[in-house]
Amino acid sequence: MSSHDVLGRTEGGDLRLVGLTKRYGSFTAVDDLSLTIPQGSFFALLGASGCGKTTTLRMISGLEDPTVGQIFLGEQEVTDLKPYRRPVNTVFQNYALFPHLDIFENVAFGLRRRGVKDVKKAVTDMLDLVELGHLAKRKPTQLSGGQQQRIALARALINQPQVLLLDEPLGALDLKLRRQMQIELKRIQTEVGLTFVHVTHDQEEAMTMADTIAVMNHGRIEQLGSPADLYENPATTFVANFLGQSNLIPASVEGEKDGVVSVSAHGQQLKVDTSRCRSTSGKIILGVRPEKVQIATGRGEVPDGYNALVGGKVVDTSFIGVSTQYLVQMPSGEELSVFEQNTGRAIQRPGAEVVVYWDPSQGFGLEGSQDIEAGAEVDEEAAA
Amino acid sequence: MTTLTEAPAPVEERAPDRKPRRNWTPWVLLLPGLLWLTVFFLVPILTSVSASVQTGDYDDGFKLTWHWANYHDAIADFGPQYYHSLVYSLLTTIVCLALAYPVAYFIAFKGGRWKTLLMALVIVPSFTSFLIRTIAWKTILADNGTVVHTLNSLHLLKITTALGWTVGNHVLASPAAVVCGMVYNFLPFTILPLYTSLEKIDPRLHEAGADLYCSAFTTWRRITLPLSMPGVIGGTLLTFIPAVGDYINAQLLGNPNTTVVGQRIEDLFLRQTNGYPVGSAMSVVMMVGTLVIVMTYIWRAGTEDLL
Repeated sequence: MSSHDVLGRTEGGDLRLVGLTKRYGSFTAVDDLSLTIPQGSFFALLGASGCGKTTTLRMISGLEDPTVGQIFLGEQEVTDLKPYRRPVNTVFQNYALFPHLDIFENVAFGLRRRGVKDVKKAVTDMLDLVELGHLAKRKPTQLSGGQQQRIALARALINQPQVLLLDEPLGALDLKLRRQMQIELKRIQTEVGLTFVHVTHDQEEAMTMADTIAVMNHGRIEQLGSPADLYENPATTFVANFLGQSNLIPASVEGEKDGVVSVSAHGQQLKVDTSRCRSTSGKIILGVRPEKVQIATGRGEVPDGYNALVGGKVVDTSFIGVSTQYLVQMPSGEELSVFEQNTGRAIQRPGAEVVVYWDPSQGFGLEGSQDIEAGAEVDEEAAA
Repeated sequence: MTTLTEAPAPVEERAPDRKPRRNWTPWVLLLPGLLWLTVFFLVPILTSVSASVQTGDYDDGFKLTWHWANYHDAIADFGPQYYHSLVYSLLTTIVCLALAYPVAYFIAFKGGRWKTLLMALVIVPSFTSFLIRTIAWKTILADNGTVVHTLNSLHLLKITTALGWTVGNHVLASPAAVVCGMVYNFLPFTILPLYTSLEKIDPRLHEAGADLYCSAFTTWRRITLPLSMPGVIGGTLLTFIPAVGDYINAQLLGNPNTTVVGQRIEDLFLRQTNGYPVGSAMSVVMMVGTLVIVMTYIWRAGTEDLL
C-alpha cells in the first residue's frame, strides 16, 4: 500500500487480533481467536449463524468488549478504546440510517461530530462514489433497500476509517441486487484501498469479494486462505462441506510413493497427491469436488492414471441447462455428486450403471477422525 | 352477440340502485360519539360563552345582555390567579419532563423483559383517587415529616423561603407544595407518551452513533432526542393542559397567596349569587389562553417534521 491513498489517509497498518475470547456466561462465542488482517485487504469472516463472526466484528468496532485478548491497529492497541474513539467504522446489517436526517446529513454525520467545518465537498464526492448524489435531500425511508445500503456504506467510508467493518451488508437485499452490490463493493474497496472486514454467512458472497477468507465455526477459525485455496484445498470436512459441495469418501492409506498416496476405499484403489493430504497414514477422508468428477459408461473410457470407482448406479439426474447434476450410488451405499458440464455428451438416466472418475491431482485428503457431515447441514440452514 | 348486449345491462340496473344503497355505516358509528360531544361538550361551551355576557343573579335570574364588561372584570380583577395558574403549570411541565425523560429512557432501553411491569408500576398509583393521593402529600410535606426535617437540617428551607417557594419553616401551604403535588399527579401523563416514542427507536441507531464518533451524551443529543421529540411534545401537552386547569393541588397544598384561576371560578360559581357571568368569562379566557399557548407551542415545535 502507498502511504497516501485516494482519501489522503496516512498509513494505518494491519489489524491484529490476539487471543480474542468472548464469553456470555458459560457460552463461548469467540474462542481464543488470533488473526492478522493486512492493510488494504478485503477480508471475509465466513460462517453459519452463531459461529462468532458478528461478535468478532463487534469487538473490533468496540460495541462489544472482549473477555480476554487484545486488538491492535498497526502499533496502537485499541482493545479498551470506546467505539467512538476508534478509527474504525461499521456498515450495519440493517443499515441503521438516522431516520430524522436527510441523506446528506446522514453521510455528513461522522464528519460533523469530529468538528469538520466544511463537509459539502466531501459529502458530495462520497455520494458520487456510491452514485446517489441526486438523492441528497431525501429521507432514508424514501430510499430502496439497495440505495439505503449504499448510503450506509458512504456514511461509514466518508470518515476514512483505517478499517471498514461490514456486518452482513447485503443480507437484506434480493439476489439480483446482491450480485450487483457485490461487484460495487469490490469496486469501491479497490478504489479507496481501505481494509474491509466483511462478515457473511453466504459463501458465494465471500468468495466473490474477499482476498482472504476465514471460515469460522464454534468461535474458532477452521481455515484461513484465499478463496481458491479454501475451495481447492480445504483443511477440514467442515470447510469442504461449507464452502461449496464435496464428495467425501472414508479410506485407508496403503502406502506412499513419489508424492502420491495410495488409498483403498470400499476395496477400490485410489490415489491422491501427498501435497494435498492433511494426513498420510491410517484412516483418511478422501475428498473431491462434484464438478471435477466425470462419468463414464465403462472402465475403458477412463484415461490412464485417473481414479475410478466402478459399480455406481445413477439414482438421480437433474438437467439444469448449463450442466447436469447426477447422484450416483456406489455399491457401498454411499452417494456421490457429479456435476457434468453440458458438452453435448449423452445424459445418463437414473438406473444406468456408470463408472465415476477424476484426476488424482484434483482430490484432497483430510484427517480421518472428523465428522464427515460437518458443515453440510449448517450450509442449508444458513441458506434458508 | 348475446353476451355483448347483456354485459352493460347490470351497470344500467345498478345506477338507480346506488342512491338507496348509500353507505350509512360511518355515520352510524360516529353517532354515539357525536351525540355525547354535543350534549356534554358543545352545549356546555355555548352555555358558558353565553353566560359570560349575561347579567343578573340567582334571585332575579340571568339575562343575555351582551355585557362584555364581564371580560374586563374577569381579566383585570384576577391577575395573580392567571399568573399562578400559568407559572405552576409551566413549572410542573418542566419538572415532569425532567423527571419523566430519564425514567422513560431507562424503561425503554434498559427495561428488557421488565418493561411491561415497570410501565404498570408507573400507572399503578392512578388506581387510587386523585384526591386521596393529593391529600397524602399533606402528610408527606407535614411540618414533622421527614422532608421538612431533612430540608431544615440542610438549611435548604431558608433558601427556598427566601426565594418565595416555601413559607417560613414550612413546606406545606406554599407554592413549592402545590408544584410538588401537581408534578406527582401529572408525572404518568408525561412518562407514557415519552416511553411510547422512545421505545420505537431502534437501539442499533445508538450503536451507529457510537460508531460515528458520538459519546453517549452526543448520541442522545443528536439521535435519541430528535427522534423522541413527538413524545416530548405529546407528554408536555398532556401535562400542561390539565395542569393549567387544575385547582385541587392549589386548594389542598397551597395557601391564600397561591390561588389559581380554577379556585376563583369555583368560588364565583358556588359561593356568590351573581358570580356566573364573570366565572364563565374567566373559563372562556382560560380556554382561549390555553388554546393559544398550545397552538403556538405545536407550531413552533414543528411536529410534522419530526417523523
